[in-house]
Amino acid sequence: MSPPPLLGVEEGQSNVSSPAVDCIPETGLGMKEWNYLGVSDFSSVDSSDVMSLSEDNKNNLNLKATELRLGLPGSQSPERVTELRLLSSGKVDEKALFPLLPSKDGICLSSQKSVVTGNKRGFSDTMDGFSEVKSTMYTEKKWMFHGAGSDSQSPQPPSHGKYSVAQASVKKDGPANAIQDRPCATNGTNLNRTGISNNSSNAPAAKAQVVGWPPVRSFRTKTLATSSKNNDEVDGKPGPAALFVKVCMAGAPYLRKVDLRVYSTYKELSSALEKMFSCFTLGQCGAHGTPGKEILSESKLNDLLHGSEYVLTYEDKDGDWMLVGDVPWEMFIETCKRLKIMKSTDAIGLAPRAMEKSKKDCCT
Amino acid sequence: MMNYFPDEVLEHVFDFITCHKDRNSVSLVCKSWHRIERYSRRRVFIGNCYSISPERLIARFPGVKSLTLKGKPHFADFNLVPYDWGGFVYPWIKVLAETGIGLEELRLKRMVVSDESLELISKTFVNFQSLVLVSCDGFSADGLAAIAANCRFLRELDLQENEVDDHRGHWLSCFPESCTSLVSLNFACLKGEVNLGALERLVSRSPNLKSLRLNRSVPLDTLQKLLMRAPQLVDLGIGSYVHDPSSEASNKLKHAIQRCKSIMSLSGFLEVAPRCMSAIYPICGNLTTLNLSYAPGIHGNKLTKLIQHCRKLQRLWILDCIGDKGLGVVASTCKELQELRVFPSDPFGAGNDAVTEEGLVLVSAGCPKLNSLLYFCQQMTNAALITVAKNCPNFIRFRLCILDPVRPDPVTNQPLDEGFGAIVQSCKRLKRLSLSGLLTDQVFLYIGMYAEQLEMLSIAFAADSDKGMLYVLNGCKKLRKLEIRDCPFGNAALLEDVGKYETMRSLWMSSCEVTLGGCKTVAEMMPSLNVEIINESDQTEFNLDDGQKVDKMYLYRTLVGHRKDAPESVWIL
Repeated sequence: MSPPPLLGVEEGQSNVSSPAVDCIPETGLGMKEWNYLGVSDFSSVDSSDVMSLSEDNKNNLNLKATELRLGLPGSQSPERVTELRLLSSGKVDEKALFPLLPSKDGICLSSQKSVVTGNKRGFSDTMDGFSEVKSTMYTEKKWMFHGAGSDSQSPQPPSHGKYSVAQASVKKDGPANAIQDRPCATNGTNLNRTGISNNSSNAPAAKAQVVGWPPVRSFRTKTLATSSKNNDEVDGKPGPAALFVKVCMAGAPYLRKVDLRVYSTYKELSSALEKMFSCFTLGQCGAHGTPGKEILSESKLNDLLHGSEYVLTYEDKDGDWMLVGDVPWEMFIETCKRLKIMKSTDAIGLAPRAMEKSKKDCCT
Repeated sequence: MMNYFPDEVLEHVFDFITCHKDRNSVSLVCKSWHRIERYSRRRVFIGNCYSISPERLIARFPGVKSLTLKGKPHFADFNLVPYDWGGFVYPWIKVLAETGIGLEELRLKRMVVSDESLELISKTFVNFQSLVLVSCDGFSADGLAAIAANCRFLRELDLQENEVDDHRGHWLSCFPESCTSLVSLNFACLKGEVNLGALERLVSRSPNLKSLRLNRSVPLDTLQKLLMRAPQLVDLGIGSYVHDPSSEASNKLKHAIQRCKSIMSLSGFLEVAPRCMSAIYPICGNLTTLNLSYAPGIHGNKLTKLIQHCRKLQRLWILDCIGDKGLGVVASTCKELQELRVFPSDPFGAGNDAVTEEGLVLVSAGCPKLNSLLYFCQQMTNAALITVAKNCPNFIRFRLCILDPVRPDPVTNQPLDEGFGAIVQSCKRLKRLSLSGLLTDQVFLYIGMYAEQLEMLSIAFAADSDKGMLYVLNGCKKLRKLEIRDCPFGNAALLEDVGKYETMRSLWMSSCEVTLGGCKTVAEMMPSLNVEIINESDQTEFNLDDGQKVDKMYLYRTLVGHRKDAPESVWIL
């Protein structure tokens, strides 16, 4: 077998237990180049081995165990020692924050980890009075989901008093108000960040559009914007004002009615009209193409309506007969009073385009 | 003992190991396993296309057949990254083509895919079978036409939420008559018309077609014909669903739908007249996946009635117009629910019929198997989050987005620290978390303490000081992706342990307090990281003073140094 594998890290799992770094003899790990497809020059150690090593040297590692050592072995920044000094002087004492054994602190945490390793952490008593509040919060919070049962049915909201004490002690870096004044760089929206804010008064201010918020994919936003305009039916009933208009067709014995609000494009409308009036045009349809032979447009009837035989027109608010398709859809449904499917021969002068189109279709 | 087995035996054993993380582990055992594994690896996943080069990929895995690549950072989805930032797939295709790799499958996310790339794929890789593009852009229907025309054994063409220029919809006609191998065809994201006749013929000659997702231009009668020709479908995405319930067309559709007894996944309804939803009821009983998140036309009791028929649902994506009451219906009907996504139908509006914490609590109470959540809501309370944490300890993904980004608990006016704290403490398997609402450093302390399996964390408008970021970096040992916007994290947090970033895929920080000097320090200390500064403002005014705050910083580990394709707005330190 090859020599015992050296400490390594697998792709995607930073299971590095930093205390173990000190136990493993320096084998010139240095800055090994990591191939993040999963290979290095040495193999990985099963993380449990690492953990047990750390436990053996627990006493030596107490100090180091709780440092912010998160890099790969050998990747420690050269200024680590300096940073440590900085840490212990005046700033948050990280060591105390994450002591090795939670039980030492006498705080009952609901999720006691059964395996005590170098990475486990609990709360510290010593952090600036913060934890003093913490401990009371913990026992009161009733986060004992496992087995404790108790009165977890009605979770207690954090009590005002305790929280603000914690807040006061934690915010050593400055009063909460300072946050308020910090502008958000990109968007210039000053968002009120204190906890004691009036919700209703905040709502309009915060609604100012922030770039990239809410985090919805732009594809989705664009698509929904189009869809929402098109679909405004409510609960199956015709929409705000159902727009039924009469449709007549040259030669048809009776008229039909369509609800323009059901459709969102001219294409939908014309498809629907085709179906409605198909019984009147099927005779002609057969003559245009043998079954199974593909002609250019998807729908033969579509051809009829938009090609040589028929032209779709409408009467607008002014009583004029217009060609369907010129104006945007929304404008069309607002002005359309009735529809008429005319034979293109009758539509001379009204629909010069239709004549051109029909010429094109004949040639292709 | 394994050493006494010939390589072929080991290779055969390794064939059963498909998960890429496991294969990575296998390769680290010893040199001979490394060698055998690399020659037998067929599927490679690269989470950041700039972390490695195609040459090195091929050098290590000469037998690669399936490649997954991700490009732009996640926040590119929300317009926070310039359109020309990068993520071009062409260089990869070119190298793969030149070295004679027999590529069969390509899955891309947030990459720029040109028509040339698609053409090159279609003409080079004879056995190309599967193309999956998610949130990509840069191509048109011409590129799709090349794929259709030249990939003789194409099984899968899956386009999800891409920005495609498809004004010329002829690509569907380019599938030759000899193409009968299609298993999955998804073009729901295309905006333009398609040749309906060609579509019908294609479906008719694809007996293995299991997944078909249409775009909004496909009308009802075509849908009906397609269903008649493909009753074996398992996954259906409906384009246009507008019809008169009393019409002949509607009856024909009902008949066609009833023949499709295998449909388990339903989506689309991109154009919908909700009066006709009853035609769908016959297949609802079998559905395990339902995605109505692009169908704002279905709401109110039409929506709830539909859901009431879907007792086997495991995955549900809907819009927030379902309301809290509607979520109550989900809770009482869908007992097998595992994944729920509630999207905002009106992201910038008043959202009167959006959902609140009540809906989430109802679902958590009724659906104990819930493990994945994306929830856009008007408001959230700590009490609700604590209840949800208790009801559903199995969350793997928990993404909460309160539309007002700094809204506190409306009942108590407190930050949501305790609520999210309960989530991370209860959900021991949590891998992905997105926070929102008013949050202080406290929540990050909880995350650092409890979220041991956390791999991805998204933070916005939160925290009070550097401590927040420090808690997370210190405590979350498995963190791979961290993305932060508009938080008061500065150089002290950034520089505390730069070695940590080498254990992660990437870090994004925008509108925070880090300065140019801080970023430069990271870059100097860690040559294995690319530190990119994105500055979209006027270039000439870009102040090179180290004290200048950086608008957007994106850093990621890499083995191949600085990339050469960055645009002007991106400065790699």
